Amino acid sequence: MPDLSIHIAGLHFKNPVTTASGTYGYGDEFRDFMDLGKLGGIFVKAVTGKNRDGNAYPRMAETPSGMLNSVGLQNKGVDHFCHEIYPKIKDFNTHIIVNVSGSTVEEYVEVAERINELDNVPAIELNISCPNVKLGGMAFGTVPAMATEVTAEVRKVYKKVLMVKLSPNVTSITDLAKAAVDGGADVITLINTLLGMAIDVERRRPILSTITGGLSGPAIKPVALRMVWQVHKAVHVPIIGLGGIMNATDAIEFLLAGASAVQVGTANFIDPTVSVKIVDGIEAYMTRHKVKSVSELIGALRTE
Amino acid sequence: MELKKLVEDLQVVDNTRLNHRHFILELLAPEKFPLILPGQFVQVLVEDSPSTFLRRPFSIHSVDYQKNTLRLLIQIKGPGTAQLSKLKSGDHLNLIYPLGNSFSLPFTKDVLLVGGGCGVAPLLFLAQFLNQNNIHPTILLGFRTKEEVSEIETYSAYGKVLVITDDGTEGEKGLVVDHSIFQKERLEFKKIFCCGPDAMMKAVAKIARMHRIDCEVSLENTMACGFGVCLCCITPTDKGNERVCVEGPVFNINRLKWQ
Repeated sequence: MPDLSIHIAGLHFKNPVTTASGTYGYGDEFRDFMDLGKLGGIFVKAVTGKNRDGNAYPRMAETPSGMLNSVGLQNKGVDHFCHEIYPKIKDFNTHIIVNVSGSTVEEYVEVAERINELDNVPAIELNISCPNVKLGGMAFGTVPAMATEVTAEVRKVYKKVLMVKLSPNVTSITDLAKAAVDGGADVITLINTLLGMAIDVERRRPILSTITGGLSGPAIKPVALRMVWQVHKAVHVPIIGLGGIMNATDAIEFLLAGASAVQVGTANFIDPTVSVKIVDGIEAYMTRHKVKSVSELIGALRTE
Repeated sequence: MELKKLVEDLQVVDNTRLNHRHFILELLAPEKFPLILPGQFVQVLVEDSPSTFLRRPFSIHSVDYQKNTLRLLIQIKGPGTAQLSKLKSGDHLNLIYPLGNSFSLPFTKDVLLVGGGCGVAPLLFLAQFLNQNNIHPTILLGFRTKEEVSEIETYSAYGKVLVITDDGTEGEKGLVVDHSIFQKERLEFKKIFCCGPDAMMKAVAKIARMHRIDCEVSLENTMACGFGVCLCCITPTDKGNERVCVEGPVFNINRLKWQ
Protein backbone atom coordinates (compact mmCIF):
# COMPACT_ATOMS: atom_id res chain seq x y z
CA MET A 1 0.00 0.00 0.00
CA PRO A 2 1.42 3.41 -0.91
CA ASP A 3 2.44 5.71 1.93
CA LEU A 4 0.37 8.90 1.86
CA SER A 5 1.85 10.38 5.02
CA ILE A 6 3.94 13.50 4.88
CA HIS A 7 5.94 15.75 7.20
CA ILE A 8 5.43 19.48 6.92
CA ALA A 9 7.66 21.69 9.06
CA GLY A 10 8.14 18.74 11.43
CA LEU A 11 4.42 18.05 11.69
CA HIS A 12 3.24 14.61 10.62
CA PHE A 13 0.13 14.48 8.40
CA LYS A 14 -1.50 11.10 7.69
CA ASN A 15 -2.12 12.26 4.13
CA PRO A 16 -1.74 15.50 2.15
CA VAL A 17 -5.46 16.30 1.97
CA THR A 18 -6.82 19.01 4.23
CA THR A 19 -9.85 21.29 4.05
CA ALA A 20 -9.68 25.03 3.49
CA SER A 21 -10.66 27.61 6.07
CA GLY A 22 -14.10 29.09 5.51
CA THR A 23 -15.36 26.08 3.58
CA TYR A 24 -15.44 23.45 6.30
CA GLY A 25 -16.86 25.27 9.32
CA TYR A 26 -15.30 23.78 12.44
CA GLY A 27 -15.42 20.27 10.98
CA ASP A 28 -18.40 19.32 13.12
CA GLU A 29 -20.81 20.23 10.30
CA PHE A 30 -19.38 17.37 8.19
CA ARG A 31 -19.63 14.56 10.73
CA ASP A 32 -22.92 13.27 9.28
CA PHE A 33 -21.29 12.96 5.88
CA MET A 34 -17.82 11.54 6.44
CA ASP A 35 -15.17 10.31 8.88
CA LEU A 36 -13.09 13.37 9.75
CA GLY A 37 -10.26 11.03 10.75
CA LYS A 38 -9.63 10.28 7.09
CA LEU A 39 -8.31 13.82 6.55
CA GLY A 40 -4.75 15.03 6.90
CA GLY A 41 -6.09 18.11 8.65
CA ILE A 42 -8.86 20.64 8.99
CA PHE A 43 -8.27 24.38 8.66
CA VAL A 44 -11.14 25.83 10.68
CA LYS A 45 -13.05 29.03 9.99
CA ALA A 46 -11.14 32.29 10.53
CA VAL A 47 -10.89 33.52 14.11
CA THR A 48 -10.51 37.22 14.93
CA GLY A 49 -10.01 39.08 18.20
CA LYS A 50 -13.62 40.12 18.66
CA ASN A 51 -17.01 39.05 17.34
CA ARG A 52 -17.60 40.05 13.72
CA ASP A 53 -21.00 40.11 12.05
CA GLY A 54 -19.47 39.99 8.58
CA ASN A 55 -20.83 41.79 5.54
CA ALA A 56 -24.43 42.44 4.52
CA TYR A 57 -26.44 40.12 2.29
CA PRO A 58 -25.99 39.30 -0.64
CA ARG A 59 -22.66 37.67 0.03
CA MET A 60 -22.48 35.20 -2.82
CA ALA A 61 -22.66 35.13 -6.60
CA GLU A 62 -22.34 32.04 -8.74
CA THR A 63 -19.95 32.64 -11.64
CA PRO A 64 -18.63 30.47 -14.49
CA SER A 65 -16.91 27.47 -12.87
CA GLY A 66 -16.80 29.18 -9.53
CA MET A 67 -18.33 31.58 -7.07
CA LEU A 68 -17.70 34.96 -5.49
CA ASN A 69 -18.11 35.47 -1.77
CA SER A 70 -17.94 38.43 0.53
CA VAL A 71 -18.59 36.87 3.93
CA GLY A 72 -16.19 39.23 5.68
CA LEU A 73 -14.74 36.97 8.40
CA GLN A 74 -17.99 36.46 10.29
CA ASN A 75 -17.10 34.69 13.56
CA LYS A 76 -17.69 35.06 17.27
CA GLY A 77 -14.14 35.96 18.25
CA VAL A 78 -11.22 34.17 19.88
CA ASP A 79 -12.79 33.90 23.36
CA HIS A 80 -15.79 32.08 21.96
CA PHE A 81 -13.52 29.86 19.90
CA CYS A 82 -11.36 28.86 22.87
CA HIS A 83 -14.26 28.25 25.28
CA GLU A 84 -17.14 27.03 23.10
CA ILE A 85 -15.69 25.56 19.91
CA TYR A 86 -12.29 24.17 20.84
CA PRO A 87 -13.57 21.73 23.51
CA LYS A 88 -15.92 20.19 20.92
CA ILE A 89 -13.31 19.71 18.20
CA LYS A 90 -10.04 19.17 20.06
CA ASP A 91 -10.26 15.38 20.00
CA PHE A 92 -10.95 14.94 16.29
CA ASN A 93 -8.63 12.31 14.89
CA THR A 94 -6.93 14.82 12.58
CA HIS A 95 -4.94 18.04 12.85
CA ILE A 96 -7.02 21.07 13.76
CA ILE A 97 -5.35 24.18 12.38
CA VAL A 98 -6.75 27.61 13.15
CA ASN A 99 -6.95 30.39 10.56
CA VAL A 100 -5.96 33.58 12.39
CA SER A 101 -7.26 36.89 11.04
CA GLY A 102 -7.27 40.51 12.09
CA SER A 103 -7.40 44.18 11.17
CA THR A 104 -4.23 45.22 12.96
CA VAL A 105 -0.90 43.63 13.81
CA GLU A 106 -1.98 43.72 17.46
CA GLU A 107 -5.13 41.75 16.70
CA TYR A 108 -3.21 39.04 14.83
CA VAL A 109 -0.76 38.81 17.73
CA GLU A 110 -3.53 38.68 20.34
CA VAL A 111 -5.36 35.85 18.56
CA ALA A 112 -2.15 33.90 17.84
CA GLU A 113 -1.12 34.16 21.49
CA ARG A 114 -4.46 32.73 22.63
CA ILE A 115 -4.39 29.89 20.10
CA ASN A 116 -0.81 29.08 21.13
CA GLU A 117 -2.21 27.96 24.50
CA LEU A 118 -4.45 25.31 22.94
CA ASP A 119 -2.64 21.97 23.23
CA ASN A 120 -4.42 20.22 20.38
CA VAL A 121 -3.86 22.92 17.79
CA PRO A 122 -0.41 22.19 16.33
CA ALA A 123 -0.33 25.08 13.85
CA ILE A 124 -1.96 28.33 12.81
CA GLU A 125 -2.52 29.77 9.38
CA LEU A 126 -2.05 33.51 9.35
CA ASN A 127 -4.68 34.94 7.02
CA ILE A 128 -3.10 38.02 5.49
CA SER A 129 -5.16 37.62 2.37
CA CYS A 130 -8.89 38.04 3.03
CA PRO A 131 -10.22 40.39 0.32
CA ASN A 132 -13.52 41.08 2.08
CA VAL A 133 -12.66 43.25 5.05
CA LYS A 134 -12.15 47.00 4.95
CA LEU A 135 -9.19 47.07 7.29
CA GLY A 136 -6.23 44.72 7.36
CA GLY A 137 -6.72 41.33 5.79
CA MET A 138 -5.44 41.50 2.26
CA ALA A 139 -3.55 44.76 2.88
CA PHE A 140 -1.01 42.76 4.89
CA GLY A 141 -0.70 40.27 2.08
CA THR A 142 -0.09 42.67 -0.78
CA VAL A 143 2.74 44.79 0.63
CA PRO A 144 5.89 42.73 1.30
CA ALA A 145 7.12 44.87 4.22
CA MET A 146 3.76 44.54 5.95
CA ALA A 147 3.71 40.77 5.38
CA THR A 148 7.14 40.49 6.98
CA GLU A 149 6.13 42.69 9.91
CA VAL A 150 2.92 40.90 10.84
CA THR A 151 4.54 37.48 10.43
CA ALA A 152 7.52 38.51 12.57
CA GLU A 153 5.33 39.94 15.33
CA VAL A 154 3.21 36.78 15.44
CA ARG A 155 6.38 34.67 15.32
CA LYS A 156 7.48 36.24 18.62
CA VAL A 157 4.44 34.88 20.47
CA TYR A 158 3.55 31.76 18.49
CA LYS A 159 5.73 28.77 19.29
CA LYS A 160 4.31 26.07 17.03
CA VAL A 161 4.08 25.70 13.25
CA LEU A 162 3.36 29.07 11.65
CA MET A 163 1.74 29.00 8.23
CA VAL A 164 1.05 32.18 6.25
CA LYS A 165 -1.76 32.25 3.69
CA LEU A 166 -1.02 34.48 0.72
CA SER A 167 -3.25 36.50 -1.56
CA PRO A 168 -3.04 36.05 -5.33
CA ASN A 169 -3.96 39.71 -5.83
CA VAL A 170 -0.35 40.81 -6.28
CA THR A 171 2.05 41.40 -9.14
CA SER A 172 4.78 39.14 -7.80
CA ILE A 173 3.69 36.24 -5.58
CA THR A 174 7.31 35.26 -4.97
CA ASP A 175 8.07 38.64 -3.36
CA LEU A 176 5.25 38.07 -0.88
CA ALA A 177 6.30 34.48 -0.21
CA LYS A 178 9.87 35.61 0.48
CA ALA A 179 8.57 38.39 2.71
CA ALA A 180 6.56 35.92 4.80
CA VAL A 181 9.53 33.56 5.07
CA ASP A 182 11.71 36.51 6.13
CA GLY A 183 9.20 37.17 8.90
CA GLY A 184 9.52 33.61 10.13
CA ALA A 185 6.84 31.62 8.29
CA ASP A 186 7.39 27.84 8.48
CA VAL A 187 4.92 27.10 5.70
CA ILE A 188 3.33 29.09 2.88
CA THR A 189 -0.32 28.48 2.02
CA LEU A 190 -1.58 29.72 -1.32
CA ILE A 191 -3.83 30.93 -2.80
CA ASN A 192 -6.67 32.79 -1.12
CA THR A 193 -9.47 34.04 -3.38
CA LEU A 194 -8.97 36.27 -6.40
CA LEU A 195 -10.67 39.66 -6.19
CA GLY A 196 -13.58 39.80 -8.62
CA MET A 197 -17.08 41.11 -9.20
CA ALA A 198 -20.43 40.24 -10.75
CA ILE A 199 -23.16 42.51 -12.12
CA ASP A 200 -26.94 42.16 -12.46
CA VAL A 201 -27.58 43.97 -15.76
CA GLU A 202 -31.38 44.15 -15.31
CA ARG A 203 -30.98 46.14 -12.11
CA ARG A 204 -27.63 47.68 -13.16
CA ARG A 205 -26.33 46.80 -9.75
CA PRO A 206 -23.49 44.72 -8.34
CA ILE A 207 -24.68 41.33 -7.09
CA LEU A 208 -22.58 41.47 -3.92
CA SER A 209 -23.37 43.99 -1.18
CA THR A 210 -19.65 44.81 -1.07
CA ILE A 211 -19.48 45.21 -4.89
CA THR A 212 -16.30 43.12 -5.08
CA GLY A 213 -15.63 39.73 -3.53
CA GLY A 214 -13.35 36.73 -3.58
CA LEU A 215 -13.46 34.30 -6.49
CA SER A 216 -12.99 30.60 -5.77
CA GLY A 217 -13.60 27.31 -7.53
CA PRO A 218 -12.13 25.68 -10.66
CA ALA A 219 -12.05 29.08 -12.40
CA ILE A 220 -8.95 30.01 -10.35
CA LYS A 221 -7.10 26.69 -10.51
CA PRO A 222 -4.67 27.61 -13.33
CA VAL A 223 -3.68 30.81 -11.49
CA ALA A 224 -3.19 28.90 -8.24
CA LEU A 225 -1.08 26.21 -9.90
CA ARG A 226 1.14 28.79 -11.54
CA MET A 227 1.68 30.56 -8.22
CA VAL A 228 2.46 27.32 -6.36
CA TRP A 229 5.01 26.50 -9.04
CA GLN A 230 6.65 29.93 -8.87
CA VAL A 231 6.79 29.96 -5.07
CA HIS A 232 8.12 26.39 -4.98
CA LYS A 233 11.08 27.54 -7.05
CA ALA A 234 11.58 30.72 -5.02
CA VAL A 235 11.49 29.64 -1.36
CA HIS A 236 12.63 26.60 0.60
CA VAL A 237 9.72 26.20 3.00
CA PRO A 238 6.90 23.71 2.38
CA ILE A 239 3.83 24.88 0.50
CA ILE A 240 0.20 23.99 1.02
CA GLY A 241 -1.65 24.56 -2.24
CA LEU A 242 -5.26 25.37 -2.87
CA GLY A 243 -7.51 26.94 -5.47
CA GLY A 244 -10.26 25.14 -7.32
CA ILE A 245 -9.38 21.57 -6.36
CA MET A 246 -12.43 19.44 -7.23
CA ASN A 247 -10.93 15.94 -7.47
CA ALA A 248 -7.81 13.83 -6.98
CA THR A 249 -6.36 14.79 -10.37
CA ASP A 250 -6.50 18.47 -9.43
CA ALA A 251 -4.85 17.69 -6.09
CA ILE A 252 -2.04 15.73 -7.77
CA GLU A 253 -1.41 18.68 -10.11
CA PHE A 254 -0.74 20.84 -7.04
CA LEU A 255 1.61 18.24 -5.55
CA LEU A 256 3.54 18.01 -8.83
CA ALA A 257 3.76 21.81 -8.99
CA GLY A 258 5.46 21.81 -5.60
CA ALA A 259 2.80 21.69 -2.87
CA SER A 260 3.49 19.32 0.04
CA ALA A 261 -0.21 19.19 0.84
CA VAL A 262 -3.45 20.58 -0.52
CA GLN A 263 -6.58 22.19 0.83
CA VAL A 264 -9.98 21.39 -0.60
CA GLY A 265 -12.26 24.42 -0.45
CA THR A 266 -15.28 25.34 -2.53
CA ALA A 267 -15.70 21.70 -3.64
CA ASN A 268 -16.87 20.88 -0.07
CA PHE A 269 -20.02 22.93 -0.74
CA ILE A 270 -20.94 20.79 -3.73
CA ASP A 271 -19.92 17.39 -2.40
CA PRO A 272 -19.34 17.29 1.37
CA THR A 273 -17.58 13.92 0.97
CA VAL A 274 -15.20 15.06 -1.79
CA SER A 275 -12.13 15.35 0.48
CA VAL A 276 -12.26 11.62 1.32
CA LYS A 277 -12.67 10.79 -2.36
CA ILE A 278 -9.55 12.86 -3.08
CA VAL A 279 -7.54 10.88 -0.50
CA ASP A 280 -8.69 7.63 -2.14
CA GLY A 281 -7.99 9.01 -5.61
CA ILE A 282 -4.42 10.00 -4.74
CA GLU A 283 -3.84 6.51 -3.35
CA ALA A 284 -5.20 4.93 -6.54
CA TYR A 285 -2.95 7.18 -8.67
CA MET A 286 0.09 6.20 -6.59
CA THR A 287 -0.72 2.51 -6.95
CA ARG A 288 -1.18 2.91 -10.70
CA HIS A 289 2.11 4.80 -11.08
CA LYS A 290 3.96 2.64 -8.56
CA VAL A 291 4.72 5.60 -6.33
CA LYS A 292 5.69 4.33 -2.87
CA SER A 293 5.56 7.60 -0.93
CA VAL A 294 3.54 10.71 -1.66
CA SER A 295 6.67 12.78 -1.01
CA GLU A 296 8.00 11.48 -4.34
CA LEU A 297 5.27 13.50 -6.09
CA ILE A 298 6.06 16.85 -4.51
CA GLY A 299 7.54 19.18 -7.11
CA ALA A 300 8.00 16.18 -9.42
CA LEU A 301 6.84 18.09 -12.48
CA ARG A 302 8.96 17.21 -15.52
CA THR A 303 9.86 20.32 -17.49
CA GLU A 304 12.70 19.11 -19.70
CA MET B 1 -35.72 7.82 13.32
CA GLU B 2 -32.90 10.25 13.89
CA LEU B 3 -32.06 13.70 12.57
CA LYS B 4 -29.18 12.94 10.28
CA LYS B 5 -28.10 14.63 7.08
CA LEU B 6 -27.40 12.43 4.09
CA VAL B 7 -25.73 12.86 0.74
CA GLU B 8 -27.01 10.23 -1.65
CA ASP B 9 -28.49 9.42 -5.05
CA LEU B 10 -32.27 9.23 -5.24
CA GLN B 11 -34.10 7.72 -8.18
CA VAL B 12 -36.60 9.77 -10.15
CA VAL B 13 -39.88 7.85 -10.15
CA ASP B 14 -42.06 10.59 -11.59
CA ASN B 15 -41.75 13.99 -13.26
CA THR B 16 -45.09 15.74 -13.68
CA ARG B 17 -45.40 19.02 -15.55
CA LEU B 18 -47.97 21.28 -13.85
CA ASN B 19 -47.81 24.13 -16.36
CA HIS B 20 -45.29 25.90 -18.58
CA ARG B 21 -42.93 26.73 -15.72
CA HIS B 22 -43.66 24.38 -12.80
CA PHE B 23 -43.07 20.65 -12.38
CA ILE B 24 -42.97 18.09 -9.59
CA LEU B 25 -40.22 15.52 -9.18
CA GLU B 26 -40.92 12.43 -7.12
CA LEU B 27 -37.74 10.83 -5.80
CA LEU B 28 -37.21 7.39 -4.29
CA ALA B 29 -34.55 7.01 -1.60
CA PRO B 30 -32.31 3.92 -1.57
CA GLU B 31 -32.80 3.40 2.15
CA LYS B 32 -35.38 4.28 4.77
CA PHE B 33 -35.70 8.05 5.20
CA PRO B 34 -34.33 9.76 8.27
CA LEU B 35 -36.81 11.97 10.12
CA ILE B 36 -37.84 14.81 7.78
CA LEU B 37 -39.78 17.80 9.07
CA PRO B 38 -42.06 20.28 7.25
CA GLY B 39 -40.10 23.36 6.19
CA GLN B 40 -36.86 21.46 5.60
CA PHE B 41 -35.17 21.53 2.22
CA VAL B 42 -32.80 19.59 -0.04
CA GLN B 43 -29.72 20.64 -2.02
CA VAL B 44 -29.83 19.18 -5.52
CA LEU B 45 -26.79 18.55 -7.67
CA VAL B 46 -27.59 19.53 -11.25
CA GLU B 47 -25.61 17.52 -13.77
CA ASP B 48 -25.14 18.30 -17.46
CA SER B 49 -25.70 22.03 -16.95
CA PRO B 50 -22.29 23.66 -17.47
CA SER B 51 -23.33 27.04 -16.08
CA THR B 52 -24.75 25.53 -12.88
CA PHE B 53 -21.78 25.22 -10.53
CA LEU B 54 -23.45 25.08 -7.12
CA ARG B 55 -26.30 22.91 -5.90
CA ARG B 56 -29.84 24.26 -5.97
CA PRO B 57 -31.96 24.38 -2.82
CA PHE B 58 -35.63 23.29 -2.93
CA SER B 59 -38.24 22.96 -0.20
CA ILE B 60 -39.62 19.51 0.40
CA HIS B 61 -43.15 19.50 -1.04
CA SER B 62 -44.27 16.24 0.57
CA VAL B 63 -42.89 13.02 2.02
CA ASP B 64 -44.34 9.53 1.72
CA TYR B 65 -42.66 7.34 4.35
CA GLN B 66 -44.49 4.20 3.11
CA LYS B 67 -43.16 4.54 -0.42
CA ASN B 68 -39.93 6.15 0.81
CA THR B 69 -40.36 8.98 -1.68
CA LEU B 70 -40.25 12.75 -1.42
CA ARG B 71 -41.53 15.32 -3.88
CA LEU B 72 -40.07 18.64 -4.99
CA LEU B 73 -42.14 21.40 -6.59
CA ILE B 74 -39.79 23.30 -8.88
CA GLN B 75 -40.13 26.49 -10.91
CA ILE B 76 -38.06 26.76 -14.08
CA LYS B 77 -35.92 29.86 -13.55
CA GLY B 78 -32.62 29.23 -15.30
CA PRO B 79 -30.48 26.56 -16.98
CA GLY B 80 -30.24 24.43 -13.80
CA THR B 81 -33.96 24.11 -13.21
CA ALA B 82 -34.54 23.71 -16.97
CA GLN B 83 -32.15 20.75 -16.90
CA LEU B 84 -33.99 19.24 -13.92
CA SER B 85 -37.31 19.59 -15.76
CA LYS B 86 -36.00 17.13 -18.37
CA LEU B 87 -35.36 14.30 -15.89
CA LYS B 88 -37.14 11.02 -16.61
CA SER B 89 -38.21 8.08 -14.48
CA GLY B 90 -35.18 5.96 -13.72
CA ASP B 91 -32.73 8.89 -13.76
CA HIS B 92 -30.81 9.60 -10.57
CA LEU B 93 -30.41 12.83 -8.69
CA ASN B 94 -27.86 13.50 -5.94
CA LEU B 95 -29.31 15.20 -2.88
CA ILE B 96 -28.01 16.53 0.41
CA TYR B 97 -30.95 16.32 2.81
CA PRO B 98 -32.84 16.96 5.00
CA LEU B 99 -31.52 20.47 5.71
CA GLY B 100 -32.58 23.40 7.86
CA ASN B 101 -35.06 23.78 10.69
CA SER B 102 -38.82 23.34 10.43
CA PHE B 103 -42.15 25.02 11.02
CA SER B 104 -43.22 24.62 14.64
CA LEU B 105 -46.24 22.66 15.82
CA PRO B 106 -48.73 25.37 16.83
CA PHE B 107 -50.60 25.45 20.17
CA THR B 108 -53.84 26.35 18.39
CA LYS B 109 -56.18 24.85 15.82
CA ASP B 110 -56.89 28.23 14.20
CA VAL B 111 -54.12 28.05 11.66
CA LEU B 112 -53.72 29.82 8.32
CA LEU B 113 -51.19 28.79 5.68
CA VAL B 114 -50.33 31.42 3.08
CA GLY B 115 -48.33 30.57 -0.02
CA GLY B 116 -47.50 32.48 -3.16
CA GLY B 117 -46.07 31.18 -6.43
CA CYS B 118 -43.42 28.54 -5.87
CA GLY B 119 -43.59 29.40 -2.15
CA VAL B 120 -46.54 27.05 -1.86
CA ALA B 121 -44.04 24.16 -1.99
CA PRO B 122 -43.41 23.53 1.75
CA LEU B 123 -47.04 24.19 2.72
CA LEU B 124 -48.38 20.86 1.45
CA PHE B 125 -45.95 18.95 3.66
CA LEU B 126 -46.85 21.29 6.53
CA ALA B 127 -50.60 20.74 5.98
CA GLN B 128 -50.05 16.97 6.09
CA PHE B 129 -48.06 17.32 9.31
CA LEU B 130 -50.74 19.54 10.88
CA ASN B 131 -53.43 16.99 9.95
CA GLN B 132 -51.49 14.27 11.73
CA ASN B 133 -51.79 16.51 14.78
CA ASN B 134 -55.54 17.04 14.28
CA ILE B 135 -55.18 20.54 12.91
CA HIS B 136 -57.09 21.36 9.72
CA PRO B 137 -55.71 24.69 8.52
CA THR B 138 -57.16 27.24 6.14
CA ILE B 139 -54.85 27.29 3.13
CA LEU B 140 -54.65 30.48 1.07
CA LEU B 141 -52.75 30.03 -2.18
CA GLY B 142 -51.79 32.84 -4.54
CA PHE B 143 -50.92 32.31 -8.19
CA ARG B 144 -50.22 34.59 -11.14
CA THR B 145 -53.01 33.23 -13.28
CA LYS B 146 -55.48 30.34 -13.72
CA GLU B 147 -53.02 28.29 -15.76
CA GLU B 148 -50.66 28.14 -12.76
CA VAL B 149 -53.31 27.11 -10.23
CA SER B 150 -52.53 23.50 -9.41
CA GLU B 151 -52.92 20.71 -6.87
CA ILE B 152 -55.98 22.30 -5.29
CA GLU B 153 -57.57 18.88 -4.76
CA THR B 154 -54.42 17.65 -3.07
CA TYR B 155 -54.40 20.56 -0.63
CA SER B 156 -58.16 20.23 -0.05
CA ALA B 157 -57.62 16.86 1.64
CA TYR B 158 -55.88 18.69 4.48
CA GLY B 159 -57.91 21.87 4.97
CA LYS B 160 -60.10 24.55 3.46
CA VAL B 161 -58.42 25.96 0.37
CA LEU B 162 -58.80 29.56 -0.84
CA VAL B 163 -57.34 30.75 -4.14
CA ILE B 164 -56.41 34.19 -5.36
CA THR B 165 -54.83 35.05 -8.71
CA ASP B 166 -53.07 38.24 -9.76
CA ASP B 167 -55.40 38.61 -12.74
CA GLY B 168 -58.57 37.21 -11.17
CA THR B 169 -58.87 34.35 -13.66
CA GLU B 170 -59.46 31.99 -10.75
CA GLY B 171 -60.65 32.66 -7.19
CA GLU B 172 -60.40 36.23 -5.97
CA LYS B 173 -58.36 38.87 -7.77
CA GLY B 174 -55.19 40.47 -6.43
CA LEU B 175 -52.21 39.65 -4.22
CA VAL B 176 -52.64 37.24 -1.30
CA VAL B 177 -52.93 40.11 1.18
CA ASP B 178 -55.85 41.51 -0.86
CA HIS B 179 -57.90 38.37 -0.14
CA SER B 180 -61.22 38.96 1.66
CA ILE B 181 -60.16 36.85 4.67
CA PHE B 182 -57.77 39.67 5.58
CA GLN B 183 -60.33 42.45 5.10
CA LYS B 184 -61.98 41.97 8.50
CA GLU B 185 -61.64 43.89 11.70
CA ARG B 186 -60.78 40.73 13.61
CA LEU B 187 -59.12 37.73 12.03
CA GLU B 188 -60.08 34.28 13.23
CA PHE B 189 -56.51 32.88 13.10
CA LYS B 190 -54.04 32.52 15.95
CA LYS B 191 -51.12 31.28 13.85
CA ILE B 192 -49.97 32.03 10.31
CA PHE B 193 -47.36 30.07 8.36
CA CYS B 194 -46.19 31.80 5.20
CA CYS B 195 -43.90 31.10 2.28
CA GLY B 196 -43.47 33.02 -0.96
CA PRO B 197 -41.67 36.00 -2.45
CA ASP B 198 -40.05 38.36 0.07
CA ALA B 199 -42.47 41.22 -0.62
CA MET B 200 -45.44 38.90 -0.08
CA MET B 201 -44.08 37.55 3.20
CA LYS B 202 -43.37 41.06 4.44
CA ALA B 203 -46.93 42.12 3.58
CA VAL B 204 -48.37 39.07 5.41
CA ALA B 205 -46.07 39.75 8.36
CA LYS B 206 -47.41 43.29 8.54
CA ILE B 207 -50.99 42.00 8.76
CA ALA B 208 -49.97 39.40 11.37
CA ARG B 209 -48.31 42.07 13.48
CA MET B 210 -51.30 44.39 13.16
CA HIS B 211 -53.63 41.66 14.40
CA ARG B 212 -51.13 40.27 16.92
CA ILE B 213 -51.10 36.86 15.27
CA ASP B 214 -48.06 34.66 15.72
CA CYS B 215 -46.41 34.20 12.31
CA GLU B 216 -43.61 32.06 10.89
CA VAL B 217 -42.12 32.59 7.44
CA SER B 218 -39.85 30.40 5.34
CA LEU B 219 -37.11 32.48 3.74
CA GLU B 220 -35.47 31.93 0.40
CA ASN B 221 -31.86 32.92 -0.01
CA THR B 222 -28.95 32.27 -2.33
CA MET B 223 -26.71 29.70 -0.70
CA ALA B 224 -23.56 27.85 -1.64
CA CYS B 225 -23.46 24.88 0.75
CA GLY B 226 -26.86 24.59 2.45
CA PHE B 227 -25.47 23.05 5.63
CA GLY B 228 -23.97 25.96 7.49
CA VAL B 229 -20.35 26.34 6.50
CA CYS B 230 -20.15 28.95 3.72
CA LEU B 231 -21.97 31.68 5.70
CA CYS B 232 -23.39 33.16 2.47
CA CYS B 233 -27.15 32.90 3.12
CA ILE B 234 -27.37 35.06 6.22
CA THR B 235 -30.32 37.15 7.34
CA PRO B 236 -30.20 39.76 10.11
CA THR B 237 -32.08 38.60 13.24
CA ASP B 238 -32.28 39.52 16.91
CA LYS B 239 -29.17 37.36 17.35
CA GLY B 240 -27.11 39.03 14.61
CA ASN B 241 -26.52 37.55 11.18
CA GLU B 242 -27.96 34.04 11.20
CA ARG B 243 -27.74 31.36 8.52
CA VAL B 244 -30.96 30.78 6.61
CA CYS B 245 -29.80 27.19 5.89
CA VAL B 246 -29.29 26.17 9.54
CA GLU B 247 -31.05 28.57 11.92
CA GLY B 248 -33.71 28.86 9.19
CA PRO B 249 -35.23 28.69 6.64
CA VAL B 250 -38.21 29.13 9.02
CA PHE B 251 -38.13 32.18 11.26
CA ASN B 252 -40.71 33.72 13.54
CA ILE B 253 -41.30 37.24 12.21
CA ASN B 254 -40.55 38.65 15.67
CA ARG B 255 -36.94 37.58 15.22
CA LEU B 256 -36.43 39.24 11.81
CA LYS B 257 -35.37 42.82 11.22
CA TRP B 258 -38.36 43.54 8.99
CA GLN B 259 -40.02 46.38 10.92
